[in-house]
Amino acid sequence: MSGRGGRAIGFGGLSTASLRSARPPVPGVFVALAITLAVGWLIVMIDGGQLFNQATTVSLLHVAAGLGLVAVGQTLVILGGSLDLSVAYVISLSTLVAAETMNGSDGALLPAVGLALTVSAAVGLLNGLLVTRLRINAFIATLGVGLLLKGYLDNGYDGPAGSTSPTLVQTLGYQRIGPVPLSFLLLVAVTGACWFALTRTRFGHHLVAVGGDPEVARLSGVRNERVLVVAHVLCSLCAGLAGIYLASRLGSGAPRVGTEGLYDLESIAAVVIGGTALAGGRGGVIGTLGGVLLLASIDAIFNQLEVDAFFKQVIRGAIIIAAVAVYARRSMRKAAI
Amino acid sequence: MSDRPQTPLLALRGISKSFFGVRVLDGVDLDVAPGEVHAVVGENGAGKSTLMKIISGGHAPDGGVIEFAGLPRVFGGPREAQRAGIGIIHQEFNLLPERTVAENVFLGHEPRRRGLVDRRRMLSRTRELLATIGETALPADAVVGRLGVAQQQVVEIAKALALDARLLIMDEPTAALADHEVELLYGLVRRLQQQGIGLLYVSHRLTEVFDLSDRITVLKDGRRVRTMPTAEATAEDLVRQMVGRELSSYYPDRAAPEDVGAVRLTVRGGGNRKLRDIDLDLRAGEVLGVGGLQGSGRSALARALFGVEPFTTGLVTIDGKPARLRSPRAATRAGVAYVTEDRKGEGIVGRQSVLDNALLASRAVLPLRSGRAARTVRVRELLATVEVRAAGDHQEIRFLSGGNQQKVVLARWLALDPLILLFDEPTRGIDVGAKSAIHDLVRRLARSGAAVLMISSELPELLGMSDRMLVMRDGRIAGELSAGATEEDVVALAVGTVRGAAA
Repeated sequence: MSGRGGRAIGFGGLSTASLRSARPPVPGVFVALAITLAVGWLIVMIDGGQLFNQATTVSLLHVAAGLGLVAVGQTLVILGGSLDLSVAYVISLSTLVAAETMNGSDGALLPAVGLALTVSAAVGLLNGLLVTRLRINAFIATLGVGLLLKGYLDNGYDGPAGSTSPTLVQTLGYQRIGPVPLSFLLLVAVTGACWFALTRTRFGHHLVAVGGDPEVARLSGVRNERVLVVAHVLCSLCAGLAGIYLASRLGSGAPRVGTEGLYDLESIAAVVIGGTALAGGRGGVIGTLGGVLLLASIDAIFNQLEVDAFFKQVIRGAIIIAAVAVYARRSMRKAAI
Repeated sequence: MSDRPQTPLLALRGISKSFFGVRVLDGVDLDVAPGEVHAVVGENGAGKSTLMKIISGGHAPDGGVIEFAGLPRVFGGPREAQRAGIGIIHQEFNLLPERTVAENVFLGHEPRRRGLVDRRRMLSRTRELLATIGETALPADAVVGRLGVAQQQVVEIAKALALDARLLIMDEPTAALADHEVELLYGLVRRLQQQGIGLLYVSHRLTEVFDLSDRITVLKDGRRVRTMPTAEATAEDLVRQMVGRELSSYYPDRAAPEDVGAVRLTVRGGGNRKLRDIDLDLRAGEVLGVGGLQGSGRSALARALFGVEPFTTGLVTIDGKPARLRSPRAATRAGVAYVTEDRKGEGIVGRQSVLDNALLASRAVLPLRSGRAARTVRVRELLATVEVRAAGDHQEIRFLSGGNQQKVVLARWLALDPLILLFDEPTRGIDVGAKSAIHDLVRRLARSGAAVLMISSELPELLGMSDRMLVMRDGRIAGELSAGATEEDVVALAVGTVRGAAA
């Protein structure tokens, strides 16, 4: 009967230390980030440049802030076993709603932000309901909603519209503490809030359970549908927030900023590089933050080296594939234990 | 405990259930006292699983009454049964491998403090629960995926107890356990019993039933045969009550001695993760039946011979020459065909046409120069020979009945003129009429010189079809029986009784 397979490990077959070590305190992505920065710094220096001067650091953190806000939201839906391909359009929509409502005046700042977030949340609600109630595959449902938004944007706008309130531009757009932009601090705060929600609230526990095994979650009394809808709303809210940030950088609403920035696919890439399983149930927002910083660092290094844009894309693609391959190998080894 | 001094914790009266007009349970009575271990035994298909699902809220009974703790209850779903205090531990665990023990135990009802999950209390309550069942060695913050199967079972039990289960159903709890782990489960069952928890213990393995239970209920064909105190039961009685029915259908004639030809396939010392010490000879013209319980290695044997999970040790020869069956492709080329047990999952491509399904193996293996048109003509002929009834060759196969689907699968393999045919539960989910058509086909193939190995968990079918039988247990061949054997002989070898009679 002992021939029944390698899984039959008796008591005491494993030390308690190895039982607990499955979730490393520091995801591997931060190691990769450190190595990337060290190597990048060295190469840029040999090239005669300076990677960590004020200007590059600030621009790196700005890039990270925009992508990070989207990616953290994306992490939530992916953890729950879903996906959101509509984020790029939500970002564009949010820049327009915010900038047009503000129309260059500070007085409408708060209502504009509120409206932009409300519209984003509504899109998230729609995504969530399509995925849970109509049981449409998340890929298709959110792609469809994204295309709906695209239709609206393409039809109504040829170029930038509206004007962001000067206060917002001065604060969220350009203000910084030392080399750290306010927007990056916003990202850190949002990441912290999501981390807290995932580890310390029932919602977080249930979300990870739904992503891990919907049937187990359901039989344990989790209301799967509600949990997923909330995750979609939060994801779209994050995208909306990213839109408000981009409006503050650009000074106006931009109907194609989300798609041109490839925020949909890049956010998913950052989540996966950060160690969250694409199928859900494993991972977290801290890793995503690492993934975002890694992608932003590679951008910064290549900008410093003035690398050809196409070559840059090739390298980014290779890194994403390598990251996923490393995780796949690691989980294979885990399964073999 | 055997004369039921207390009011029963659970009382079933006249529970009946039919699926698609087939009666699965027929007026079953059963009761469980607090602190009692009540074993339920029966063959595959006797209705044990359905009965357990009804008790735990997974199915609604068509007739009869469930009384729990003295009150008649109707459970709308597993959740309601759980809340009432009925926990079920399935063969397949319902755990999240990426989460910790505590997170799994309290999933869905995490303790909270000021609106937030109180992790400290979750851990300490998990430790308490584990301590009540004597499992202090298991850390509450261990990740479940890293635990052994026995420990995962402990987590399942703790999860049930966290919901204050008063009745615990264990469905084949030892199916996944190694020998020394079974001992641990015994201890656990005893401790649960001492706490006054009633246990329904479903198992094929008579040794365990005798070791653990206070009373035994035998189910056969959806009816309760008998409930008796374990002390008064013997293994021979149980086996006789579990089987013992008259042969209900007719089978084609067996192979005459002159029909059986040379040895076509041999295995010597075959083994892999699921199998050990497999020695067998399969002759041209014979049907070799393979019996045994679920998980005994029957399917693993067929899968090893077809290269799905190949043998890692031992030697296989086909027609006297060593054969390397490393993959299904290699096996197919060596002349082996495999009709899988999981027709829907592995046998057919539901959305493709009858013709495409029948051509699948030819297209994969035969060289293109053998002629596309000729190949199609051949398969069409075969579909006609096996008498597939479909609206046309281009109908999607998923719309066919199970029997007709199986005939298409058969035609697929016949197109390759296989020397050796492996059938795994060839008539599962097939109605009675089509069953005998499949039986006839199997026999015709043998008569035309193929060597046939046929797995079946239906004893009448196994006995009716086989020229010889192997019975498997725990990944080994437990014994060989000749055509005249009885159901009792097969079951005795399969459950590995008769040693258990001493208990």
